[in-house]
Amino acid sequence: MTYLETLPAWIALPVAFFLVLGATLTLLGTVGLARLHSFYDRLHAPTLGTSWGAAGILLASMILVSWTEGRAVLHELVIGIFLMITTPVTMMFLGRAALHRDRIEGTPGIPGAVARSDVPIGPVSPPEGEAAFADPADAPGED
Amino acid sequence: MSALVMSLALGYAQIALALAACLGGYRLLYGPRAQDRVLGLDTFYVTAMLLFVVTGIRVGSPFFFEAAMVIGVLGFVATVSLAKFLIRGEVIE
Amino acid sequence: MTRLFPHPLLTCALLLLWLLLTSFSLGNLVLGFGVAALASRALAAIEPERVKLRAPMALVRLFFIVGLDIMRSNYAVARLILTGGRHGRRHSGFIEIPLRLRDPAPLALLAMIITATPGTAWVEYDDETSTLLLHVFDMIETDDWVKLIGTRYESLLLEAFPA
Repeated sequence: MTYLETLPAWIALPVAFFLVLGATLTLLGTVGLARLHSFYDRLHAPTLGTSWGAAGILLASMILVSWTEGRAVLHELVIGIFLMITTPVTMMFLGRAALHRDRIEGTPGIPGAVARSDVPIGPVSPPEGEAAFADPADAPGED
Repeated sequence: MSALVMSLALGYAQIALALAACLGGYRLLYGPRAQDRVLGLDTFYVTAMLLFVVTGIRVGSPFFFEAAMVIGVLGFVATVSLAKFLIRGEVIE
Repeated sequence: MTRLFPHPLLTCALLLLWLLLTSFSLGNLVLGFGVAALASRALAAIEPERVKLRAPMALVRLFFIVGLDIMRSNYAVARLILTGGRHGRRHSGFIEIPLRLRDPAPLALLAMIITATPGTAWVEYDDETSTLLLHVFDMIETDDWVKLIGTRYESLLLEAFPA
C-alpha cells in the first residue's frame, strides 16, 4: 500500500473509476448468471465480465503500472487480446454443447437442426440397408 | 487523498470480484445441468483472473500478473475440453 | 525471402508479443525475432489457407463500430439484469440469419464480434445452407436483427475480405 500514497490525483481518479466500473460490470454479469432462468439466457451474462469488466480492470492496471514504472507497460494488453480470442471459442462451444444435448433430449422450444444431407438429426434410427452405429463416436458428427 | 480514493476503489473491486466468483461458484455447485456447471466454472476462472490482477495492483508486485495469465490459459483449456466432453462424451478421439 | 519468412505479419505480431511480455532491449529484440521467425516457419509447415485481406481500413472502421456497440449493449444488458427485464416483459429467443459470408476467416471474425457483444450469442453455423443460428437476449423484431447483422457487420467484412 506504500507506493499508492505518492500517486497524483489525475492518475488516481481514472484508475479508481476504471476499477470500479470493471468490478461492477463483472459482478452484474455473475448476478445475471445466478438469477436468469434458462441456460441460453445465462450464456449472455458472463460476457459482461469478459468484455468491459475485464477491459476496465486491465485499463486501470495498465495506467497505474505505466505511471509507477515510468514507461509504457502494456503487457495487460496480452491478457485482453487473449480473453478476446478465447471467450468466443468457449461460448460457442458451450452453446453448441447445450443445443446438441437439448436436441437429443427433445426439449421443447429448441429449434431443430437445419436440414442437412449428411447428418442425421437427433437419435433417429439408421436408414435401412445401413448398419447401426455400434459406438456413438463412430457416427458422423456435427463437426 | 489519492491514497484514500485508491484504497476505497481497490477494496470495492476486490469485494465485488470475490462476490462475483462466489456467484460463479454457486452455478458450478447447483447449476441444474452440466452445461450450467461448465459455464459457472468458466465465469469462476475469469473472475479469479481479474481478482489476481486487482490484488497485483494492491500489492504492487508483477508476479500476480503472471499468475493471472496462467489462470486464464488453464481456464480456457478446462472449459473447452469440458464442452467438448459434453458434445461427444469423450475428450480425445 | 518468402521462404525464410513465410508469414511476415505473424512474425511481426509474435515479436511484438514477446516485447510486450518482456521489456524492450536489444537482446530481447534479437531473441524475440528468432523465436517469431521459427514459429512462423513451423506454421508454414502445416500449410494454413492464405487469408486475403483487401481493405484494412474497413477493418479499422469495423473495430470502432464494434467497440461502440459493445459499450452500448453492456449498458443495456446490465440494466436488463438489474431491472429484471422491464417488469418481466423481456423475452429471449433464437433467430436464424442467412449469411453471405463463406470464407472461414471473416466468419471467425464475425463469430468473435457477435459473441463479444453482450446480448447476442452465436449458437450454430451450418456451412451447407450458410445460415447462422443466433440466440438473442432481448428480442425485438427478427427482421431488425437480420438487417443489423447484415448491414452493420457483414457488409464491412465482405468489403475487407473479398471472396
